[in-house]
Amino acid sequence: MNGANRVAVAGARRTTELRLDGSGRGGRWKGEVFRALLIFCLVIAFVTLLAVIVQASVRGMPRIDLNLITQMPSTLDRETSGMQSAIFGTIYVMVGLIVTVVPIGVSAAIFLEEFADGTKWWVRFIELNVQNLAAVPSIVFGILGLAFIVRGPLDLGTVAYAGSLTLALLVLPTVILASREAIRAVPTSLRQASLGLGATKWQTIWHHVLPSAVPGIVTGTILALSRAIGETAPLLLVGATVFVTYNPDGFFEGAYTVLPVQIFQWAVRPQEEFRILAAAGIILLLAVLLVMNSIAIWIRNKYTRDA
Amino acid sequence: MTTTARAPSARVDNPLPTVSLSKSSPRHGEKVVVGWLFLCAAFSVLVTVGIVLSLIPPTIEFFNRVAPADFFSTDFWAPTNSGNPGFGVLRLIVGTLNVTLWALLIAIPAGLGAAIYLSEYAGRTSRKILKPVLEVLEGVPTVAYGFFALTFVTPILREIWPTFLPGRLGEPPGIFSAASAGLVMGVMIIPTVASISQDAMSAVPSGLRQAAYGLGSTRMQVATRVVVPAAMSGIVASFVLGVSRAIGETMIVLLAAGAAANLTMWPNDSVLTMTTFIARTSTGDIGTGTTTYYTIFAVGSVLFVMTFLMNMVSIALVRRFRETYE
Repeated sequence: MNGANRVAVAGARRTTELRLDGSGRGGRWKGEVFRALLIFCLVIAFVTLLAVIVQASVRGMPRIDLNLITQMPSTLDRETSGMQSAIFGTIYVMVGLIVTVVPIGVSAAIFLEEFADGTKWWVRFIELNVQNLAAVPSIVFGILGLAFIVRGPLDLGTVAYAGSLTLALLVLPTVILASREAIRAVPTSLRQASLGLGATKWQTIWHHVLPSAVPGIVTGTILALSRAIGETAPLLLVGATVFVTYNPDGFFEGAYTVLPVQIFQWAVRPQEEFRILAAAGIILLLAVLLVMNSIAIWIRNKYTRDA
Repeated sequence: MTTTARAPSARVDNPLPTVSLSKSSPRHGEKVVVGWLFLCAAFSVLVTVGIVLSLIPPTIEFFNRVAPADFFSTDFWAPTNSGNPGFGVLRLIVGTLNVTLWALLIAIPAGLGAAIYLSEYAGRTSRKILKPVLEVLEGVPTVAYGFFALTFVTPILREIWPTFLPGRLGEPPGIFSAASAGLVMGVMIIPTVASISQDAMSAVPSGLRQAAYGLGSTRMQVATRVVVPAAMSGIVASFVLGVSRAIGETMIVLLAAGAAANLTMWPNDSVLTMTTFIARTSTGDIGTGTTTYYTIFAVGSVLFVMTFLMNMVSIALVRRFRETYE
C-alpha cells in the first residue's frame, strides 16, 4: 500500500468514526465540557471546606496554646484569655443531652420499627411529624426552649440542663431516624429464629435485635451529637449568652456558656486578638468534631467487616 | 419428670397432648415496656405541639397590640422605637429572601451538578470517597461558616467587587452584606441539595438509562434528558428543602449580614433577616411583656409557618418519587 492510499484509507476511517462518535448529537467535546462542569460543582464545595479549615487554622494558630483551655474568657487580658468555662459548659450540656436524648430516641425508634403498624394513620402521622421536625429551623427550638424550659412550665432558668434539653428536642428526630435505620438493617431471619424458639417479642428485641443494632445506633447517635455540639442559635435564646467567667456549678445551677457561643461572642468583637481567639476556638471545635466523626466511622467499619 | 410419668395415661383419652398456645404468664412488664416505647414515639408529636403552643399565645398577644395590617402590609420597621414603633415584617421577609436568593444561586446549580456527577459519572470507589467528604461540609458548625464569611469572604468581596457596574450595584459592600452571607450559606446548602437529588436519581430504574443508551444517546443526554426529568420530584424536593434551610439559618446571617433592616434585594447591602432579628432581640435587654418581646414570637411564627409549608411540600415530593420507583 503506498503513501497516498494509506492517507486515503485513514482519512475515510477517521471520517466515519467522527460521524459516529457522538459529534452529531452534541459531540464528544460538549460531553467533556459538561463533565468538567459537574466536577467543578464538587470542587466549589471541597475548596470552600478546605478554605474554612485553612483560614481558621492560619488565623487561630498563634493562640493554640495551654491558656486556651486553662484560662477563663476575659475581655481585659486579650493575649492570655482562654475558654475554659465554655469547654466545661459544653461538656455539661453534652452529658445532659446524651442521657436525655438517647433513651427517648432509641425507644421511639424501637416502637416505630418493631411495634407500630405502618398502615395506621396515627403511626404515619408520627413519622411525618419526625420528618418535619428534622427540618424545623434550629432557632425555633430556641424559642421553644425559652418559652417552656427556661421560663414557663419547666422554669429551669438559664442553666446547663436547659441547654441540654433544648438540644435534645433539636436532635431527637435525627437520633430516631438513625436508630430506625440501624434497627431496620437487622435481618428478619434473626427475629423469626428467636420468636420460633419461643421468645416473646420484647425478649427478641432486647436480646437479639438491639445488640445487633447497637453499632449502627451508636454511629448514628454520635453523628447527631456532633450536630448538637456545633449548634449555636438555639443556645443563644436559652441563656448561653452571658459572658461567663466560671465553670457551671452543676446541671441545674449556675450560668453556663458553650464553645460555639463563646466563639460567636469573640467573632463579633472588632479587635484582632478576639478574632484570633475565635479562630482558635473554631479549630478546637473542628478537632472535637473530627474525633467524634472518626469514632463513628471506626465503629461503622469495625462492625461492617465483622458482619 | 412428672410429665413423663403422666404421659401414658393421657395418651389413652387423647392421642395428642393439648398444648396451650396462650402466654404462660400475663407479662405485665412487657406491656409497661411497650407503653413506654409508645410514649417516647408520641413525645416527638409533643415537641411539635410544644413549638406551636410556645408561639401562638405570645403571637396572639402581639396582634392584640399591633394590627395585623401594620405587621404584614407595611414596611415601617422600628420595633424598639418607643415613641413611634413600627412592625412591618415585610422588611425582614425581604431581607431573608435577599440572602436566600444569593444562597440558592450557588446551592441549586452546584448541588444539582454534584448530584448528577455522583449518580451518573462517578465510579463506585470515587463515590465512596466523595459522598462522606460532602457530608463533612454539612457537619461544619454554622458559627465557623459565619466567621469565615465575616473575616474571609467579606474582605475579598470588598477587594474584588466589580465597581465598573452601573449605579447601586457598583458600590462595594460594607462590613456586612447579603452577598457574603448568601454565598457562604449557598455552599453550606450544597450537600443538602446534592444528597436528596442524588437519592432521587439513583432511584431511577437503570432500564430507562439502558433504553436511552440503546437509542444512541450520549452520557450527557442520558443524564440531562432521561435521569433528571425522571427524578424531577426528588430534585424539586431538594430545592425546596434548600430554601427552607436558607430561610432558617441563623449564625451566618447573624455574623455576616448585619442588622440594618434595609428593604433591598441588592447583594451589596446589609440586611436584617427574621432569624437575625430573633437572635439579636432575644439576647438583648428586652423586658418580658413589652411589645418588642412579643415581636420575637410573631416573627418566629412567620418563620415557622414558612419553613413548615416548605418542609411539607418537600416531604410530599420525596414520597412521590419513592412511590414511583421503589
